Amino acid sequence: MKYFPLLWATLWRKKARTIFTLLSIVIAFLLFGMLQGVNAAFQQGVNNANVNRLIVASRISLTEPLPISQKQQIEAVPGITGVASSSWFGAYYQEQKNFVFAMPVDIDDYLNVVPEIKTAPEQVEALKRTRTGIIMGIDLMKKYGWKIGDRVSLHSTIWVRKDDGSSNWPFDIVGTYIFEGDESQNTGAFFNYSYFDEARTFGNGTVGWWTVSVKDPNQSAQIAAAIDKLFVNSPDETKSQSEKEFTQSFIKQFGDINFIVKAILGAVFFTLLFLTGNTMMQSVRERIPELAVLKTLGFTDAKVTALVLAESLLLCVIAAALGLLCADLMFPMLESVMGGAVSLPPRVIAIGGGVAVVLALATGGLPALRAKRLVIVDALAGR
Amino acid sequence: MSNIVSLKHVAKRYTRGKQAVEVLHSLNLEITQGDFVALMGPSGSGKTTLLNLIGGLDRPSEGEVAVAGERIDQLSGAALARWRARHVGFIFQFYNLMPMLSAQANVELPLLLTKLNAGQRKQNAQTALKIVGLDDRAKHKPNELSGGQQQRVAIARALVADPTLLVCDEPTGDLDRKTADEILSLLQTLNREHGKTIVMVTHDPKAAEYAKRQLHMDKGTLVDQPSH
Repeated sequence: MKYFPLLWATLWRKKARTIFTLLSIVIAFLLFGMLQGVNAAFQQGVNNANVNRLIVASRISLTEPLPISQKQQIEAVPGITGVASSSWFGAYYQEQKNFVFAMPVDIDDYLNVVPEIKTAPEQVEALKRTRTGIIMGIDLMKKYGWKIGDRVSLHSTIWVRKDDGSSNWPFDIVGTYIFEGDESQNTGAFFNYSYFDEARTFGNGTVGWWTVSVKDPNQSAQIAAAIDKLFVNSPDETKSQSEKEFTQSFIKQFGDINFIVKAILGAVFFTLLFLTGNTMMQSVRERIPELAVLKTLGFTDAKVTALVLAESLLLCVIAAALGLLCADLMFPMLESVMGGAVSLPPRVIAIGGGVAVVLALATGGLPALRAKRLVIVDALAGR
Repeated sequence: MSNIVSLKHVAKRYTRGKQAVEVLHSLNLEITQGDFVALMGPSGSGKTTLLNLIGGLDRPSEGEVAVAGERIDQLSGAALARWRARHVGFIFQFYNLMPMLSAQANVELPLLLTKLNAGQRKQNAQTALKIVGLDDRAKHKPNELSGGQQQRVAIARALVADPTLLVCDEPTGDLDRKTADEILSLLQTLNREHGKTIVMVTHDPKAAEYAKRQLHMDKGTLVDQPSH
């Protein structure tokens, strides 16, 4: 700690250079925080996938509908405890950027297979009673300031209503839910499949996919195979996957997020390594006589090495902290993109701290070695 | 008076490119405690090399160097650094102050290697600055001080850890006559009143007159040892 004033003064010896270097590292860590945060948010969906559930979708594509008649056949497979349909509604509120993850479901079936959804029984009954009823996640309600009893209109990018040819679907909010264990899912909405199916102009009698709960997760693979076998050589062949596999393949529709994030960050930090390394090298080169004086005064080689490394560490850690702080502050802006409440995960902050230390050691290593090897009489003589 | 510096059969060779150059040849020297020695001689005579050996900045190729009761030619790099911190104060021609630190912080630098706390370091640095007459310039950075003032700060830095020996390499080489005389008077005071042993390299005969003893070097040897 007693060396901090010396380190601090040394760091700001060339203010402009330090500020520009600091800014470049801040921006790199801002990018790191944002991209890793998005990646982690996607990954969270995969990690939170329930091992007791299978997703049964069309073998051709997720966008290919399946007949509702499959439900009874799937229910008959041994080891299955529930089957619920879901369909992609593709909704937004007022503007396209206000994406709403709303799904038409049979609420009893759905709550049976996804028990993490917690809602009041009277609100479930109200949904069943109200044809245009909808149950909203609590964060979605908060976001738009909605309350139970409000009538809202969601625009579907896919489905057109039979009665007026409009893509605007009116809903009456009858309840709210929270998703236990994954608050990122508190931004969705569920409404009656019967309303959806009767009112749409096409695709009647079909669903997007089936969510199936199984008694024993160890039997998931056999049950998935048994389901798919039911529909082999039929016009509606299925592909059954665990919820985790399904979520992963769903995310991959956007591209391999993990690879893209790592590739971008790899390029950024590789460039930064040279930039910061060069700056540190230049800084040490300029201070050769000063480092020689420190050694003359009795600072050992190890101490001078430690001082140079500590300077690099101080620069990188301050910049990383600022970058991650900016990322944390800017994260709420991603809500519309991510379709829900997102925050910078602590794990990403911890990894960022680790990356900052590695960056500091990598960029400070060579200059520190140079400082260590410095021969006092040569340095003082300008050799 | 006991010897504070004792050099026996000291030789120093450098390799410059493919050529080995012997800068000091079998040199013997003794300096007693409280002495003020001026090392004089033409450029390339080996004055600074000898000073570097006495100050523990360099090692001899041959011979023994004992300073403040320690065979410093036998110390490891880290031990030698610690020894310098304890026993030697250095004063250079171009002051060699840290440009980003205030006069006070520059003077405190050697004390970072001691166990003194921040308050004690500050107090000792203030005392050292007072001795050199710069206590009112403590907050100033080197570029806000004149050459003479910077050299005074450098002297305060050399003094602050109360070293056994002060080694000065052309301490007035960059100063005008008047300022040089002030600095040399200060060194003389430190020698006479504070008992500091001083070894000073200089080209300037007027500067050498402030010393108690003048030693002349030529081609790597001491040519004479005039009396006080």
